[in-house]
This record gives sequence, C-alpha cells and structure tokens, in this order.
Amino acid sequence: MGFKNYILVCGGTGCESSKSDQIYKNLIEEAAAQGVSDQVQVIKTGCFGFCEQGPIVKVLPEDSFYVKVKPEDAKELISEHVIKGREVTRLLYSKAPKKPLEKVEDIQFYQKQIRVVLRNCGVIDPENIDDYIANDGYVALEKALFEMSEDDIINEMKLSGLRGRGGAGFPTWMKWNFTKQAEGDVKYVVCNADEGDPGAYMDRSTLEGDPHSVLEAMTICGKAIGAHQGFIYIRAEYPLAIHRLEVAMKQAREYGLLGKDILGSGFDYDIEIRLGAGAFVCGEETALLQSIEGHRGMPQPRPPFPASKGLWGKPTVINNVETWANVPVIIAKGGAEFAKIGTPDSRGTKVFALTGKVCNSGLVEVPMGTTLREIVFDIGGGIANGRKFKAVQTGGPSGGVITEENLDTPIDFGGLQRIGSMMGSGGMIVMDDSDCIVDVAKFYLEFTRDESCGKCFPCRIGGKSLYNLLDKITIGNGTEEDLEELKTIAHAMQKGSLCALGQTAPNPVLSTLRYFPEEYEAHIKDKKCPAGKCKKLIRYQIDPNRCIGCTACSRKCPVGAISGELKKPHTINQSACIKCGVCRQTCKFSAITVE
Amino acid sequence: MAKLSLEELRALRKKESQRIEKRDIHGRDIHVVVGMGTCGIQAGAKVTLNSIVDEIEAKGLKNVIVTQAGCQGKCDQEPVVEVYTPQLGAVAYGKVDAKLAKQIVDEHIIAGKVLSDHKISLEV
Repeated sequence: MGFKNYILVCGGTGCESSKSDQIYKNLIEEAAAQGVSDQVQVIKTGCFGFCEQGPIVKVLPEDSFYVKVKPEDAKELISEHVIKGREVTRLLYSKAPKKPLEKVEDIQFYQKQIRVVLRNCGVIDPENIDDYIANDGYVALEKALFEMSEDDIINEMKLSGLRGRGGAGFPTWMKWNFTKQAEGDVKYVVCNADEGDPGAYMDRSTLEGDPHSVLEAMTICGKAIGAHQGFIYIRAEYPLAIHRLEVAMKQAREYGLLGKDILGSGFDYDIEIRLGAGAFVCGEETALLQSIEGHRGMPQPRPPFPASKGLWGKPTVINNVETWANVPVIIAKGGAEFAKIGTPDSRGTKVFALTGKVCNSGLVEVPMGTTLREIVFDIGGGIANGRKFKAVQTGGPSGGVITEENLDTPIDFGGLQRIGSMMGSGGMIVMDDSDCIVDVAKFYLEFTRDESCGKCFPCRIGGKSLYNLLDKITIGNGTEEDLEELKTIAHAMQKGSLCALGQTAPNPVLSTLRYFPEEYEAHIKDKKCPAGKCKKLIRYQIDPNRCIGCTACSRKCPVGAISGELKKPHTINQSACIKCGVCRQTCKFSAITVE
Repeated sequence: MAKLSLEELRALRKKESQRIEKRDIHGRDIHVVVGMGTCGIQAGAKVTLNSIVDEIEAKGLKNVIVTQAGCQGKCDQEPVVEVYTPQLGAVAYGKVDAKLAKQIVDEHIIAGKVLSDHKISLEV
C-alpha cells in the first residue's frame, strides 16, 4: 500500500525555532490518532528558503504550500487535507484555493530562482541517506572513483569555471591542482563551515538540508588530490547542522561511502568534524587551520598558501560549504553543463541570505548575473512597511553598500567589486530610509573591532580608531577633519593588515562615505541624524494639536519623562528622555514626532 | 547495514528513486479524484482509494496524481471517482468498488477507453 499524501515539514533552524519540530511530531501523532498513518508520510526536510513565511509545510501531491503553520494546526491539516481532501485555505500562502495545475514555483518568491546548491533542501529528508541516494546522490562519487582519473576530475572542475563561494572567488580547480602537484605524502581536505557574517545562514542551511552533498564532494576532492582525511570546521553554535552532519557521516560509513576501501575501489577516505568557538577570524583559512591544530585562531602570513603548506604543514585544499555543494553536480553532469549557468566571469548560481527591511526575507539561490533589483524587488517583494529603499549591504562586514543607482548591476564577483562592494559569502541586508548609514558603518566596525584577533596592529588599532571616530560622529561631536582621518586609517588598514579581516574591515566605512557623504555631513555640520536613529542627535516631541491626553505614553515611558493632565496635551522632559521610542510606538494618534 | 559494493549502491539507488519519485509531481497530467465525504467513506471510498493507489503502483504509472475531495453531491452514487486525462477530459464514475477501481486504472487510464456502463453525470 503506497502513501497518498506526503507532508514535507521544514526542518531548518529558522522554522525549528518556530516549533516546526512540534508540528512534525503533532502531524505524525494526529495521523495515527485519526487512523491514516498508512496513507500519509510525514517527512522533515531542509530549508525551503521562504523563511519569512515559516514554518512551512508542503503537502503533496496537491503541492499545497502552507505557511506560518502552528503545532495546533496539525489536527486540521490531517482531518481536512489528508482525510477529506480539502485544502486548509486559511493556511495557504495564497489564502485561496489553488487553481488546477498551479505549482509552488509559480509563487513570485520562487520565480527567477534556480536551485543547484539547494537542490535537495526542502525535497529530501537530510537524515536519511536513502533519500539522498535516490536523488542521484553519490553518482558523482561513483564516477570519480571508477571512471575518472585525478586529472579528469580537476579538468572537469576547470571546465565548470567554479569559483570559491567563501568570498574571494578564487578558481576552485586551481586550488585543487596546486595541492595535487604539491610535494608530500600526506594531504588534507578541509571544509570551511565557519560562517560568521551577521545575517548570513546559507552554509548552515545547506548543511542542515543536504549534508551528504558536502561529504560526497570532499571525498571526490580527496581522490583528485590524493588525500585520505578530511575535516569539517564548523561553529559550535550550529547544533542542528552538526547533528545532521554526524548522522550523515554515520550512515555514509555504514554504507561504506566513507572509510576503508570505498565501494570496493581501494580508495580510503574519512572525515572528522572540528568544532569552532564562533570566532569570526576563524573563517579566514589560515586562522581556521591553526584552530583545527589546537592553536589560537590567528591568521598566518601567506605565502606559503595552504595548497603547499596547510594543516600540520601538509598540502591542504580548503573550500567553503557552498563551493563543496556544487561539486557533485559538476562531476555528475559535467563541467560544461554547469558552466551554462551564470556569467562568463562567474559560473553557476549564488545563494544569498536576504534579510533586513525586505518583505520576503529568506534564502534565495539565483544564477550569477541576476541584478540586485530582481533579488530585492521581485524575489524579496520590495521594502516592508511601505518605506523607501535606501541601500543593500552585501558581503557582510567586509563588503559595502549598494545604492539605488547600482541596483541594475548584474551580480557576479567582478560586478560587485567594480561598485565598491564584494560578493562575500552571501549575506544581503536590505536597509530602508529609517536606517542611519553612519550607524550601520558603526555597527559593522563594532563587529570587526570585537572580532579582530589582535595579532597585527593595523587591524587591532585601526579598527578601534575607526569605531571611535564613527561613534564620535553619531553623538554629534564629529568634525570635518574626522572624515579625512577615517579615510587615512581605512587605507592604512587595507594596505597593512595581515589577513582579509583587517584588509576589508574598512569597506563599510569607505563605501558609505562614497555613496552617502551628505549623511555624514548632516551629522557633523547640522548635528542632525536624517534617519532619526542616532539618539544623541534626535528629540522626541509631542504635537499638542494631535495629543488628546490619553496618558498611554506617560504610563509606558520607562523613565517617567512624560507628564501632563488627563485630556490635555502632554510634554516630554528632554533632560530625562532616554529616546527609547516606546512612546512613539504606543501613541495611537501619531502625535509623537522625531527630529 | 553492510558496506555496499558499486553494484549494490546502484541497485539501491534504483529502488530508492522509485520510492522518492512518488513525491515528484512534475509532469503529471492525469488526475484522479476520489470523493471522500462522509457519504463516500461510509460507502467504502477508502477501499476504493486504496485499490486505485495500489493498482497505479502495480502498473508503474508515473504521471498520475491521486487526490481526495469532499462530497460532490451525488451521495446515492458514492463512492464517486472522477478522472481527468488530457485525451478524455473529465469523466466521473459512480458506485466504484475495489474491482471497478482497478478496471478504471487499466481501461480508462492505461487503454484510454471510457467505461460507459459506470459513467455518471455529476450535475445535481
């Protein structure tokens, strides 16, 4: 007896934090309680990407796309959808019965997306190796072990044009080739899963939704370069991804897809997990290798590059999670096929974590060459709450802002560099007109200041100085000379820092200075924050014509700064006000203004 | 689970992909709807539904979606099964028991022939 319905429940961290695990359990319990366990299979998958609408539950074969599902909805989903065959319209994304033959891909969020890296996320059960195998899993490994020579594999990677997705965009095949050619009897393969950009979660979701793709890719690389041991360096704050990796590794070992004599080919290969403590600098490859070895995570001068002297001084290939996830597709389908996607500069797709002030935040995978406008406005649905688009920060703390004028730039490695930002690992934070650009730069500098390892002084002292200057500007003490000093320090850091953390940390400052000089000027000359964000430069005031004296704000004010008689306009005592904004949120009459 | 050889992995993939294919709804153009209102279930629609699903599986049909619907208003004709195919359009059958259900799969869906004796109109 086959199943009639399949219920796919999102098991990504985002949806799990909104109780998707409970939804999953309730669905199984309800199916049993209502006597239909034999008709419906409940499957927990990886991330569907549409995190804004989570938790997501998809029911097949109807392809019903249920959003913002709660654990208590399980009963109705079983009794209505599975038993009676009626869609629960109130939970559908469209809130209306689906038209015949309408597919989930027809939702605007999914149009323009191509899923290569995330091919299995939201499709398979990541904790079941059979699901992965069924979807052409380990086909690439078979090919690599039995049909291809080491050079064939590297050549296929070369044909694909794949560039490293960790940020720098170095051609992957070259890394592999250097390591293969390097002298040494022992070589290593490392997966960089130390995703640390604020707002980025592409790698976490890939590992949570499709861990086997990374294991398969690392094994293929092992064969190509002659390594027998791989390490996955992942931060301890990703417990679900670690758990799924451990399950996947155990299953792969049981099937003989990891370990001695893989599939009877005579090739031995195994992988170990190394947990990081969540230091941003450990995403830098030489610091990461130090950390695996048990030392403090501090970058080392390059050269020598890891390809010649890496882990324990042995030749090492180190690639990022997303890069690895592309490899099985390239080997299975051919590099030339993969190269059909994207631009001549950058082949394939890129996964972005679209967050911030956008309507549809989530995980999106688009072909390289897609414009930012398409991502923010078509896929992302534009700016939330009817506000105005201001900028997008790409590349996290190492990147820069992109403004309206550059929204139509096709996104690839070269394109983003030309407009003063960078690809980075794929964080994409959208800002609206209520975000103060100086404050944004300050936020990133506070981050890189805290995350600097302190080894080299341009980064250690420069980052702190930049932060202090920005802080000075946001509290209204900035001078014209400070702007020049910001630039001087920034250029010195770019030139003098040892690793990419220090070299790129000034990028948010330089790019905001380049695109929003008037906003810096307003803080310095007029002592005003145009976005109404910098507390020292703004005043909350009550408009006496609008205030009806309801006392709601004065009761909410945490410092008792608002006073007045009942039914008469109130006033704010400016010396006591801490500018928390609670009164403004409380007022039902829009009587409180900021200037 | 013992370690796999190359042949065993390939055999496993073949078996598992058949299992997972059932979840893939792309390119399916035949739609079977079984009326599962209270009246339908009481008349044995569940047995009918199981029979249809089993037969589709036994014949290895990959382009069929089987879904359920509520009562269609023809309670005296339950269990009611409606079949949409690109060639024959929508055709409804009444009083479909397990045996007739199998026949619908074999003759209507596979052979493309309407079973006129059991055809009903859904107009109320």
